[in-house]
Amino acid sequence: MSETLTLGKALNLGLRRAMEDDSKVILMGEDIGKLGGVFRITDGLQKDFGDERVIDTPLAESGIVGTAVGLALRGYRPVIEIQFDGFVYPAYDQIVCQVAKMHYRSRGKVKLPIVIRIPFGGGIGAVEHHSESPEAYFAHTAGLKVVACSNPSDAYWMIQQAIASDDPIVFFEPKRRYWEKGEVDTSGSLESAFPLHSSKVLTSGTDATVLAYGPMVRVALDAATAAAEDGRKLEVIDLRTLSPLDMGAVFDSVRKTGRAIVVHEAPHNLGMGAELAARITEECFYSLEAPVLRVAGYDIPYPAARAEEEYLPDLDRVLDAVDRSFGW
Amino acid sequence: MNESFELLRRMLLIRRFEERCAELYSSQEIRGFLHLYVGEEAVAVGVMAEFGPEDAIVSTYREHGHALARGVSPDAIMAEMFGKATGCSGGRGGSMHLFDASTRFYGGNAIVAGGLPLAVGLALADRMQGRPVVTACFFGDGAVAEGEFHESMNLAALWRLPVLFCCENNLYAMGTRIERTHAVTELAVRAAGYGMPAEVVDGMDVLAVREVTRKALKRIRSEAGPQFLELQTYRFRAHSMYDPDRYRDKAEIAEWKRRDPIDKLAATLRLPTEDISKLDTEITEVIDAAVAFARTASPENVDSLTRHVYSEVRR
Ligand SMILES: Cc1ncc(C[n+]2csc(CCOP(=O)(O)OP(=O)(O)O)c2C)c(N)n1
Ligand SMILES: [Mg+2]
Repeated sequence: MSETLTLGKALNLGLRRAMEDDSKVILMGEDIGKLGGVFRITDGLQKDFGDERVIDTPLAESGIVGTAVGLALRGYRPVIEIQFDGFVYPAYDQIVCQVAKMHYRSRGKVKLPIVIRIPFGGGIGAVEHHSESPEAYFAHTAGLKVVACSNPSDAYWMIQQAIASDDPIVFFEPKRRYWEKGEVDTSGSLESAFPLHSSKVLTSGTDATVLAYGPMVRVALDAATAAAEDGRKLEVIDLRTLSPLDMGAVFDSVRKTGRAIVVHEAPHNLGMGAELAARITEECFYSLEAPVLRVAGYDIPYPAARAEEEYLPDLDRVLDAVDRSFGW
Repeated sequence: MNESFELLRRMLLIRRFEERCAELYSSQEIRGFLHLYVGEEAVAVGVMAEFGPEDAIVSTYREHGHALARGVSPDAIMAEMFGKATGCSGGRGGSMHLFDASTRFYGGNAIVAGGLPLAVGLALADRMQGRPVVTACFFGDGAVAEGEFHESMNLAALWRLPVLFCCENNLYAMGTRIERTHAVTELAVRAAGYGMPAEVVDGMDVLAVREVTRKALKRIRSEAGPQFLELQTYRFRAHSMYDPDRYRDKAEIAEWKRRDPIDKLAATLRLPTEDISKLDTEITEVIDAAVAFARTASPENVDSLTRHVYSEVRR
């Protein structure tokens, strides 16, 4: 059955289905119950599953994540909501020191099926702490898996796959896209869904490869449409998984196009683009016609609302990078 | 009488300033997030009335009232809301990050409880330099659940630092009422665990707030260590401009509105209505001027956004 859903509603349905499928799935977070979360992603779930499975917590990010570790050790599958990207830092210690390391430390004896949902990125007229893209901090940490959805269908399936995963997953949601609509086929099974840790080619092209994830996928697709008018065919790949990276489709594409441009909102310096550029250079060196280019946020704290259009990578900046690649 | 009238003036300034901000937010001249202080004015005004210019203030994201009560210029605050370069944080902070070192107003803070350890450090620095000053640290009931609250309380008590912890207990942290987030809802009781004296005060009564602050400051200034105030108050409006406020009982809101701190003081002072409307007119002029200042100011040049990420080394 196919439905038109917003990305936010698709997440809501995905969470609902995961809770129906497995009674060990429980949600925790600040104002996620009665209020349904600031972005209403958990809307109605406490009403239907009760306040023992959808738990409103005090403001205690470190405590919430640490509690999830304990729950996971005893067989639960906690799904944590961090209200905004910038509020994850009080929990950083628990995520990096406990969540990421328990499985390794126990030589595989314990599993930590924890999902930490983080609405990330800008574009909603907010400020620092409410518009950040902290994915690289987590992707850098062995023991954590990191994914980012970009559209309603992926949101619906990826959240369920993340919850079903036995490894801890930091799940990034593009908050500025929560209200964007798309077709979601909810009839399939989790097993037959497109695999979680796989990148996906969205438009095939021969001239340059554009890599994006989360909120920037839309921008990359728009760039591909615009470039097509100039006779350039861009191959847009939605990375979807940031750790582990799925490089197969990326390498194939770059070997074909000879050009790669990575787009993300997070700052340039040591962002995902750095790792992608390194891997592409290592594997596809003789195919490259130009260096791998990055279109990213600037190396500054996320600016005030008035300046965010300047900060966020947009269509023009992506097209400009394509031009630079061709001008090499 | 004159002093009390000044308290009224400040509370009314905050009230009208906030009401104007709400309008400007609707017309999108103010962007970003906006958390209003309407209803809680007696807390900022009562506490701040006892603080001298050398004392320091650490605030929250609901801090317009604190900044105004502290004496940060309304022009600079409004320009900051507009994101203009003449704002008190150069347009980079916005509503949640007002900052003014000249009045020792060490900032709003978008991170709940993020300011508490900073206050401890300010007080430590002041004490190490032998300055007889106190740091006021504001935070909400919600912040009391964060680890930083507990770390800061312990540090301040352990080192006997001159901090006045001002807990603005408005019963709600966003949509969650205090019973659902605190095992012990009498927040002042928490201070006892750190060996810190605490008092509960009616935060809708500016004279009471002022009096309890005066006593607390006297003790702190005599090097008795930190103190904790639980100021019982209520926000008359929603948590933020996005919040539909469905979690609070209408009757509860109405009940608290009957205790409006401005009406209460006006009644105590038995002011003729002409005096109040005259005051209102004066305040409106101040706010009109602030809005005009903010409107005409220029925004920060985009090219300079990369400045001040690091200190600028002189070559
Ligand atoms: C570390 C952190 N977690 C969550 C938030 C989101 N948030 C902003 S205000 C708020 C409620 C705070 O309540 P309280 O401390 O009682 O202050 P009040 O809003 O009532 O003045 C929350 C949860 C945040 N800003 N920082
Ligand atoms: Mg509160």
